[in-house]
Amino acid sequence: MSGYILRRLTQSVFILVGVTLITFVLLYALPADPARMIAGRSATVETVASIRAELGLDRSIAVQYGRFLSRLARGDLGRSYAQKVEVTELLASRLLATFWLMVGGIFFELLIGLPAGVLAAVRRRSALDRSVMLSSFLGVSAPQFVVGLLLLYALAYKWPVFPLGGYGTPAHLILPAVTLGIAGGGWYARMMRSSMLDVIHQDYVRTARAKGAGESRVVVRHALRNALLPVISMIGLDFGTFMGGVVVVESVFGWPGIGQLAWQAIQIVDIPVIMGVVMVSAVAILFGNLLADLVYPLLDPKIRYG
Amino acid sequence: MWSRVKRSPSAVFGLLVIGLLIAAAVFAPWVARNNPAEQFSDGLTIDGRPLPPNARFWLGTDLLGRDLFSRLIYGARVSLLIGVAANAAALSIGTLFGTVAGYFKGWTATVFMRFTDMMMAFPALILAIALAAILRPSLWIVALVIAMVNWVWIARIVYGQVLAISQREFIDAARVLGVPTSRIFWKHLLPHLLPTLLVWGTLGISTTVMFEASLSFLGVGVRPPTPSWGGTINESQSYFLEAPWLVAFPGIGILLTSLAFNLVGDTLRDAIDPTLRGRA
Repeated sequence: MSGYILRRLTQSVFILVGVTLITFVLLYALPADPARMIAGRSATVETVASIRAELGLDRSIAVQYGRFLSRLARGDLGRSYAQKVEVTELLASRLLATFWLMVGGIFFELLIGLPAGVLAAVRRRSALDRSVMLSSFLGVSAPQFVVGLLLLYALAYKWPVFPLGGYGTPAHLILPAVTLGIAGGGWYARMMRSSMLDVIHQDYVRTARAKGAGESRVVVRHALRNALLPVISMIGLDFGTFMGGVVVVESVFGWPGIGQLAWQAIQIVDIPVIMGVVMVSAVAILFGNLLADLVYPLLDPKIRYG
Repeated sequence: MWSRVKRSPSAVFGLLVIGLLIAAAVFAPWVARNNPAEQFSDGLTIDGRPLPPNARFWLGTDLLGRDLFSRLIYGARVSLLIGVAANAAALSIGTLFGTVAGYFKGWTATVFMRFTDMMMAFPALILAIALAAILRPSLWIVALVIAMVNWVWIARIVYGQVLAISQREFIDAARVLGVPTSRIFWKHLLPHLLPTLLVWGTLGISTTVMFEASLSFLGVGVRPPTPSWGGTINESQSYFLEAPWLVAFPGIGILLTSLAFNLVGDTLRDAIDPTLRGRA
C-alpha cells in the first residue's frame, strides 16, 4: 500500500510539472506583455525595457521556465507583478476562505443529493422518483452565477435572512455553499439512486427481507450502508469541477478566496499569481483523485493495490 | 433509438425546446420585435431606470433601454453557434486522439494517457478564462478555447471504446486482408463509435452552453455589443437587485437550453446502453 502511494505521488509530481509547462508556454506565447501592463500606459520604451530585464522577461522562454522550475523546487513561486508580494503569501492568505467554501459546498451537495437519491430509488417509478430525477436535471443545468444571483435577490435582499455577500461569519457561507451544492446535489442524487438500485436487488437484501426485517430497517441498515460508500468516494473526483465553480461563485458573492485571486490576476496578466493558482488547483485535483483511489480498496476488499 | 426517444416525455420536451431555440435563432430578425441594439427613448423610466416587463417590451428593457426580449432572441444565436461549433471541434479532436491511441496502443497510448492525465489535472475554467482574457475574444476564439479544454473527456471515452472494438475479429480480419489503416478507421471503427459520439455530442452541447455563459458572465466571453445571455447578466450585475428580470430571463434561457440537451442526451444514452435503462 505505501509503495502504491509513493508511486502515485511520484506520478503526481510529473503531472504537476507538465501542468506548469503547458501553463507557462500558453501564458508566454500569447500576445500579452506583462512588462507593459506593470509600467502603465504612459511609460517610456526604456522603462518598459528595464522592467522586462528586471523580471527576466527578455530571456528566452526556455531560460525563463528553467528559472521558474529551479525556484519552484525551493518552494518559491516568485513575486506578484502587481502587488509586490510573494505569491506563496498571497495564496496562503486566500486558501482558508476557499477551503471553507468547498467544505460548505460538499456538505450541501450531499445534504441535497443523498436523501433525494435514496427516496427516488426506494420509490422507484413513482411520481416522487420522477420529480427527483427532473429536479436533479434542473440542478445540473442551472448556471451557478444565475442560481447565486437569484438566491442573493430572494434571501438577502427581498427577505434579508442572509448577508448580501461578503465573508466572515457562518451566515456568509450559507448562500455561496448552497449555490455550489445545488449543481453537485443533482449529480449525487442520480448517483445515489443508481447505487441504491444496484444494491437493492442483491441477495443479502432479499435475505434481510425474508427474515422479516421491516422496510425501513432493510433500506437503512442493509441497502444504504453498502450503497453509500461508493458514492462518498466520488467526492475526491469532484475537486476539479469545484475549482472551476469556485471562480464563478466567489465572483458573485465577493468571497475572498483563490477564485477571486485568479480572476484579479488574469485581468492584469499577473503571470506568477496565475501560475500559483493553477498549481494549487492542480494539486487539489490530484489529491482528490488519489483520495478517491485510496478509498476504493477500503470499501471493496476485492481491490488491492500492489 | 428513435422509438425510445419518442416514448420518453422528457426527451420529447427536450427536442421541442431545441427546435424552438433553433427556430428563434435562425429567424431572429422576424421573431425579435425590435432591433436588439437600439436604445429606445421610451425604454427607460424618467430617472433612467430599466423598465420591467410590459406590453411594449415583453421582457422589459436593460440598463441602456434596449429591448431584452430581442436581445435574448439574438443571444440564442451566440449560445447555439458556440455550443455546436465548440462541441464539434472537441468531438473531432477527442475522436482523433482517442482513436489513434486506442488503435495503435503501445507508446502512442502511453503518451496519450499521460497527456490526458495532465489535462484532467488542469483547472479547466481558470485556463479558459486566462486564454480568453489574453486573446481578446471573438465568437470563434471563445469556441476554440472551450473546445481546447473539453476534448479530453471525449478522447478518454473514445479511447476506451476503440480499445474494446479493436480487439474484435472483424478488425483483425480487415488488417490481415491488407485493408489500409485509414479505411479501417473510416469504414470499420467510426461506424461503431457513432452512437457514443451522438450521445456525448448532445450532452456536450449542454456543458458548452453553460461554459460559454460562465465566460461571458465573467466578462471574457463574446464581446459586447454582440448580445449573449451570460453577457447580459454580466452587464446587469450591479443593478440586478432593482431589476431582477435582467438576471432571471437570460438565466431561464441558459437553463432551458442546457436542460433540453441534457434530457435528450440522457435518453439517447439509455437507448444505446440497455444496462443503464431507467437507472443512471
